Amino acid sequence: MTLLSVRGLSKSFRGVRALHDVSFDVADGRILGIIGPNGAGKTTLFAAVSGGVAADAGTVRFAGQDVTRWPDHRRARAGLVRTFQLMRPFGAMTVLDNVAVAAQVRASSRAAALAAPDAVLDRVGLARYRDQRSTELPAAELKRLELARALALRPRLLLLDEVLAGLVPAERGPVLDLLGTLRDEGITLVFVEHVMAAVMRLSDEVLVLDQGQVIAAGTPAEVTGDPRVVEAYLGDEAALASGDDGDDGNDGNDGNDDDADDEDPETPC
Amino acid sequence: MTRRAPLSLAARLAVAAAVVAVVLVLAYARSGSGIVVSQAVLTGLLLGGVYGLVAMGLTLIFGVLDIVNFAHGALMTVAMYGTVLLASHAGLDPYLTLLVTAPALFGIGMALQSGLINRTMGSSLANQLLLTLGIGLLIENVLLLSFGSEPRSVAVGYAAPLRAFGAVADLTRVIAFLGALGLAALLYLLLQRTRVGTAIRAVAANPDGAQLVGIDVRRMYVLTFALGTACAGAAGTLVAPFVTVEATTGELFNIIAFVVVVLGGMGNVVGALVGGLLIGLTEQLGGVLLPEQSPLLAVFVVFVLVLFLRPQGLFGRSS
Repeated sequence: MTLLSVRGLSKSFRGVRALHDVSFDVADGRILGIIGPNGAGKTTLFAAVSGGVAADAGTVRFAGQDVTRWPDHRRARAGLVRTFQLMRPFGAMTVLDNVAVAAQVRASSRAAALAAPDAVLDRVGLARYRDQRSTELPAAELKRLELARALALRPRLLLLDEVLAGLVPAERGPVLDLLGTLRDEGITLVFVEHVMAAVMRLSDEVLVLDQGQVIAAGTPAEVTGDPRVVEAYLGDEAALASGDDGDDGNDGNDGNDDDADDEDPETPC
Repeated sequence: MTRRAPLSLAARLAVAAAVVAVVLVLAYARSGSGIVVSQAVLTGLLLGGVYGLVAMGLTLIFGVLDIVNFAHGALMTVAMYGTVLLASHAGLDPYLTLLVTAPALFGIGMALQSGLINRTMGSSLANQLLLTLGIGLLIENVLLLSFGSEPRSVAVGYAAPLRAFGAVADLTRVIAFLGALGLAALLYLLLQRTRVGTAIRAVAANPDGAQLVGIDVRRMYVLTFALGTACAGAAGTLVAPFVTVEATTGELFNIIAFVVVVLGGMGNVVGALVGGLLIGLTEQLGGVLLPEQSPLLAVFVVFVLVLFLRPQGLFGRSS
């Protein structure tokens, strides 16, 4: 069954085309990886699907409902949940409270909302920070907090904006394992990621964006073999073939949204 | 700011207490009478509690919506007139009118936020400032048109002076103080212990993050503005028995509440209450130290000092 269906999505910012006629489907329980060079429109696509940006044209259907005009919070309540690349923690609140805020949207009482976060914190490996203020967390842990908050909402579809950015290679494996178990539990995942090996390992399907348009879609193997993809995004076929990050040697033109520093050339996850 | 090491909360409270102690000694030296000083302290604290409640509403709105609400005082005046009408015409006990004025002001706050102010969310500070200032002026003038310029008052049949340490406090002021403290505690519990309160704090901390977890941010803005306005309304009713009710009576409270909010830390609800007590003391002791001046002089001196020395307020910015 198709859980998310995007049709003809277009968006311009002051005449600059960020998205042009983007269409794709995500079936229930699948993992879709979205890749593309910097400025390809990945972030805009995420925002248009999750509600932060109102598309100029096109529709977004989620679980059979047209959610195109729904505000963010309503989409989140329906189970269409996103995380941000730059974290949005509730600074002065404790880690527990941060997650409880999300849990209380689903919980029947405040007591239930306060009981829910522990299991989630345990899962993402934040249990020991439970009672600290979220402002005291290091960046990598904030990333986990963002994920914990999203999970507490019990999403059906999780849109992950570069969950691996800011993590050192050793930290990536556990997060990828976690994403795998989420899929096994029936959560559908759509993620934007620069760590190419992660995209290839995790995705059932890959969507390649360039200049706001879908230039290729298919299984990881199909996409990596597509000459347009190689030309537009990878530039260096060897990098792809080796299953490496894919940005060795082309940092100059592809760039990473804003965290080139954490791309580690030798890194398989 | 970065030059000095940050003082712990305890140290800041100790400094504040030391300043108060020095001022008390000076006031005693100046007046030569213990009764004058204890009278000033008593009056200051009692009134300060009410300042605290008014400022809590204002700082809550600022902390969550990032709006400086210049209509706060005018809305407080609306509640005062509500109490005047219900007490003198319908014969209700003035304090019972709280059950009408606070919910009514809550409703007015909801209507203002959802009808007008929500439309300016995210626009420039100047726009929002002019809007709330305009609403305030409008309310004042409607009150002036409806009730005239003749001052009104509310009579409390059982008002009696109470004595403590040689000082005298009117029962109405004691009730206002206790009522303000009680409502402040209720507001605090609401924010800390309920789901709505948690959602409001989440919006204050990060609106984007709040939206992300399914919180309707605009609805929280409406609720917050309504809660803040209800605080002003409750304070209006509580002070009605001992102030002269005119269309501009709330203005003075509004100005003082701004000072309190800056002193307590913009957006800091608990800071607003403590700040209210301190400003109440400042006003009364200032009157003792500088007898020929307006009592507000000392308040503004404190205001300017805080802006220079500790612009983030005594307790920092947070909700």
